[in-house]
Amino acid sequence: MATAIEVQNLSKEYGPLRAVDGISFRVRVGEVFAFLGPNGAGKTTTVEILEGLRRATGGSVSVLGLDPWSDAYRLHLRIGVIPQDFRFFEKITPREAVQYYGSLFHTKPDPDELLSRVQLSDKASSRFDTLSGGQKQKLGLALALTNDPETCFLDEPTTGLDPTARRAIWRVIRTLKSEGRTVFLTTHYLEEAEVLADQVAIIHHGRIIAAGTPNEIITAHGRPGRLRFQAPPALAEYLRARLGLTVVSMDSRVDVELREKTDALRVLSAVEASGLPWQNFTTVQDTLEDVFVRLVGEMDDGALKSEADG
Amino acid sequence: MRLGRITADLKIVVRSYLRNPVALFFSLIFPIILIGLFGLIFSATGNSAVPLTVLNLDHNSPVSVQYLAELNNTTFVKVQVVNWNASGFASQLGRNGDPVGLVIPSGFEASYLAHRPVNVTVYTNLADAASSGEVLGAVQGVSSFFNLHASNGSAIIGITQQHVGSQVYTYIDYLIPGLIGFSILTSPMFSMVDIAASYRKEGIFRELSLTPLTRSEWLTSHILWYVALTFVTAGIMIGAGVELFGAHVTISLGLVPFLIAGPLLFVSLGMLAGSVAKTPESAALIGNIITFPMMFLSGTFFQVSLFPPALQSFAHILPLYYVIDGMDQVMLFANTTRALFDVLGVFAAAIVVFLLAVRFFKWRDE
Ligand SMILES: Nc1ncnc2c1ncn2[C@@H]1O[C@H](COP(=O)(O)OP(=O)(O)OP(=O)(O)O)[C@@H](O)[C@H]1O
Ligand SMILES: [Mg+2]
Repeated sequence: MATAIEVQNLSKEYGPLRAVDGISFRVRVGEVFAFLGPNGAGKTTTVEILEGLRRATGGSVSVLGLDPWSDAYRLHLRIGVIPQDFRFFEKITPREAVQYYGSLFHTKPDPDELLSRVQLSDKASSRFDTLSGGQKQKLGLALALTNDPETCFLDEPTTGLDPTARRAIWRVIRTLKSEGRTVFLTTHYLEEAEVLADQVAIIHHGRIIAAGTPNEIITAHGRPGRLRFQAPPALAEYLRARLGLTVVSMDSRVDVELREKTDALRVLSAVEASGLPWQNFTTVQDTLEDVFVRLVGEMDDGALKSEADG
Repeated sequence: MRLGRITADLKIVVRSYLRNPVALFFSLIFPIILIGLFGLIFSATGNSAVPLTVLNLDHNSPVSVQYLAELNNTTFVKVQVVNWNASGFASQLGRNGDPVGLVIPSGFEASYLAHRPVNVTVYTNLADAASSGEVLGAVQGVSSFFNLHASNGSAIIGITQQHVGSQVYTYIDYLIPGLIGFSILTSPMFSMVDIAASYRKEGIFRELSLTPLTRSEWLTSHILWYVALTFVTAGIMIGAGVELFGAHVTISLGLVPFLIAGPLLFVSLGMLAGSVAKTPESAALIGNIITFPMMFLSGTFFQVSLFPPALQSFAHILPLYYVIDGMDQVMLFANTTRALFDVLGVFAAAIVVFLLAVRFFKWRDE
């Protein structure tokens, strides 16, 4: 697949602060790429460099084959952007805003169709300064789509949205993908990255600490799968003695780490053989969120580690 | 530059403006208040008695003094004795904006006492028929009284009537071009400085930089809007001045270039001031430093020709001075050559400032 975004050894300094510190990655055309990281990690800085709104200090960046800073005007015709904290003219309504962008880009979007896609039809005629935070975000998304962009940069598009609105935005993102567009997404909702993204990169203190598909990252950085029983600590001791697997007991819960597929059957037979009381077992798998919290926590001198283990 | 994008942006500008009550107040109601306020302050004194400027060439002889006292007693006129040069009396009247004048010749007392005919000269103004009528009436009345008193009714003191130039200008006449200049300056300067700083802070320029709209298109749409507003404001001010205070101004096409060049200059200057500043606070400060001296010293409320010489030279470096002076030439003095000189200067300055503004104002940070 062709490359939409290519970043090599990118860095950005704000005075003495190195906000982005030599990152490299590639986004292929048609992919949804999720860029994750804690507050202040350097996500917005990176996105703004890709959009041609900020100038890189070092390294090289290419978006749709263009240099974003020096070729910004041509690039902007082909990309759609929602900035983090999107703001617009206070007295202008969403319908007028879409018409305005349509005239500027010389496209003829149907404002009502576009606004209903982002679930903003009911506020099409309300002035921007009367919209709620989530409604403003939705207008931002609608405006990002007025020029039929090849690549969309969405900086936290769902922050502050309620669960149904968030899912509506997810649908829009899936549609964009199905139309062959590339989506570069930043988010703090790990679940969102897990359901939407083909590729994920986690950035922390300006460096990429993990990258790949969500599954690759979970496999590489997550703990093994576990079987969890509702049972007394005695069961944990029993299993530990017989199976040679890691068993953890806490709050009348017993977790057994699985190393191989066949381990699950061995554990179940051993539990049955123990004659000890137990109730409903479940399988537990690390999510992207568990991995994220662990990785970031480990780097921040273990401050968050105990939480990640919970 | 693309017309379609300028029109699209102009629509946004106009809508934002019309939906903002404060902005509407300042462009539509404030001009009337200004004209009303200044008009009232400066016309209040002249309402009852017509001021009559008198040159007494009879060296304050008792008879002439008594004659003037009788004129005052009629309450139709209020005598103000001056000691100007006799030959420049008429033109000085015109410059001062005095509607009527009276000259008492030397030898007035001697002639009167000897019952020899003598003429006083009344200078009146065609444009101010009411004052002229009152003064002529008063002078005639008092002269008859003196004639009767001295000599069984034979005419000693006669009256020669003369017209002063073509026009006499009152404060309100000067005030109209001055206040139009005032709003040409203040309304774009204050709002463009504010827009430059707040749009940058709120990320609206960044947002616009993601569209094909260019900075010169954006600036042009704002200039077009302020030109339109200026026409409306000027119309309101002229209407209010003429209707409420009977101002005499010529309304001609010659005004149009000023109503275009002025906003072009000050929209660009406001944008330039707002762009070189780093924060909204320093933007406001720079804006005020530029605006305030011009607001008072360019002939807005006070005629520059009445300033001390040093202040006059300072006024001559303020661009607004040429806007107002040019409008004075068009609306009051019909001096086309000087108006042309003024408007060319303003246009030249406007184009330089426009280019500087486009150059200095940035959509995006480094
Ligand atoms: N204009 C700026 N000037 C100076 N420092 C800045 C500027 N913008 C960002 N920074 C700093 O750069 C670092 C990265 O900021 P950035 O906005 O890229 O983080 P982020 O990952 O988007 O965070 P968040 O999740 O909170 O949006 C932060 O430490 C921030 O304080
Ligand atoms: Mg951010």
